[in-house]
Amino acid sequence: MDWDVLRQYAPILLRGFGITILAWAFGTVFGMALGLVISLAQRYGARPVRWVLQAYIEVVRGTPFLVQLFVLYYGGPLVGLRLDALPAGLVGLTIYGSPYFAEIFRSGFDAVPPGQAEAARAIGMAEPAIVRRILLPLGLVSALPALVNFSIILTKETVILSVITVPELMYQVQRMSTETFRYLEANLVLALFFWGLVELISRGGRRLETRITRHLLERPGHG
Amino acid sequence: MFSIQAFLDSFGPLLWAARYTLLVSGLGIALGLVLGALVCAAALSRWRAARFVAALWVSFLRGVPLLVQLLLMYYLLPVIGINVPAIVAAVVTVGICASAYISEIWRGAIGALPPGQSEAAVAVGMNNRDLWTRIILPQAVVMSLPALVNELILLVKASSLVSLVGIMEVTRASQAQAATTFRPLEVYIAAACIYLLINLCLAGLGRYLEHRMAV
Repeated sequence: MDWDVLRQYAPILLRGFGITILAWAFGTVFGMALGLVISLAQRYGARPVRWVLQAYIEVVRGTPFLVQLFVLYYGGPLVGLRLDALPAGLVGLTIYGSPYFAEIFRSGFDAVPPGQAEAARAIGMAEPAIVRRILLPLGLVSALPALVNFSIILTKETVILSVITVPELMYQVQRMSTETFRYLEANLVLALFFWGLVELISRGGRRLETRITRHLLERPGHG
Repeated sequence: MFSIQAFLDSFGPLLWAARYTLLVSGLGIALGLVLGALVCAAALSRWRAARFVAALWVSFLRGVPLLVQLLLMYYLLPVIGINVPAIVAAVVTVGICASAYISEIWRGAIGALPPGQSEAAVAVGMNNRDLWTRIILPQAVVMSLPALVNELILLVKASSLVSLVGIMEVTRASQAQAATTFRPLEVYIAAACIYLLINLCLAGLGRYLEHRMAV
């Protein structure tokens, strides 16, 4: 590996990395928010709403992210949805992540023992309060490992944005390698970089999990 | 606006290209099952070095995006003097990547067996080979079937990435079709429909297996 090349390209690689992180954070936060809304609407919505959402989940989970991006970025303008590469990528990641997050929230809510909500109802709590004070806090704790896991998967999906010319890290590395003809080194460094990043995030995630679920273990007479 | 004609017309070439999608994901999972068994065996081995290699294998392949792995393989093979058609490189990369996930699925399935099973086998005097071939593996493989179908669905979707190293599967065929007809919306939605069709079939298979397994 020619380190001079790396030094020369450092600014654009850093900018690319910034966009990778931005895309990941955006996709995780908004995908999670949309997923939460979907899972609550599926739980409390009317039957047609649930059907539509179920179809949405099946379609998004059943098609490749790359094809979804093509539909959005190249097909969108035909129906008046004209997005630049980066916004299209951010919207695409959000849409792609939402059904997975919705399913994670659903199983998290399902894991809350029904007695909890029944007890809340019995002491006269209103339904919105039950969601806010019982279902959400308990469900989120049990959904946490899966949420962390999927947000790690999203880190890796961000490289696909390079295909629709979002200038994230992968895109900049491709650009660097076509300009310097160092394809193998560039991709090797990229692979090692992602490996490190994903290991780092998953370690952070595990620490977060042990911190947040600590109360489940420490209480005497439990488990 | 949306032209039904263009939408329907794209199914011909795309369905024909779907054979490569099925080939890459089918051979990918086959290779993944074989390699995954080896990696799983290494991960459960009593030798520290084997466990270390297995852990490294799984961590690297799960930590690096498949697209990067594909390009890495694509550029690496000629450098080390291996000249194979792109499709072979693609299948091998997809299979190697799948092996990491599959070995974890199997490790999980073996770990999920009640310990009483192997204790009972040892108690009735079974030797180590019978313990694995008659007690542990049959149950673990059956238990892992739904997860393996899930992995196959992921591979069908992941196979869209091999379009980027020049394999004419559904995604690449739809790019070509969109470039000649100038109807990207219709063509890409048709491609999405094909993937959805394949995956709904596989999901049905998965549900059937899960149902069969729920005793």
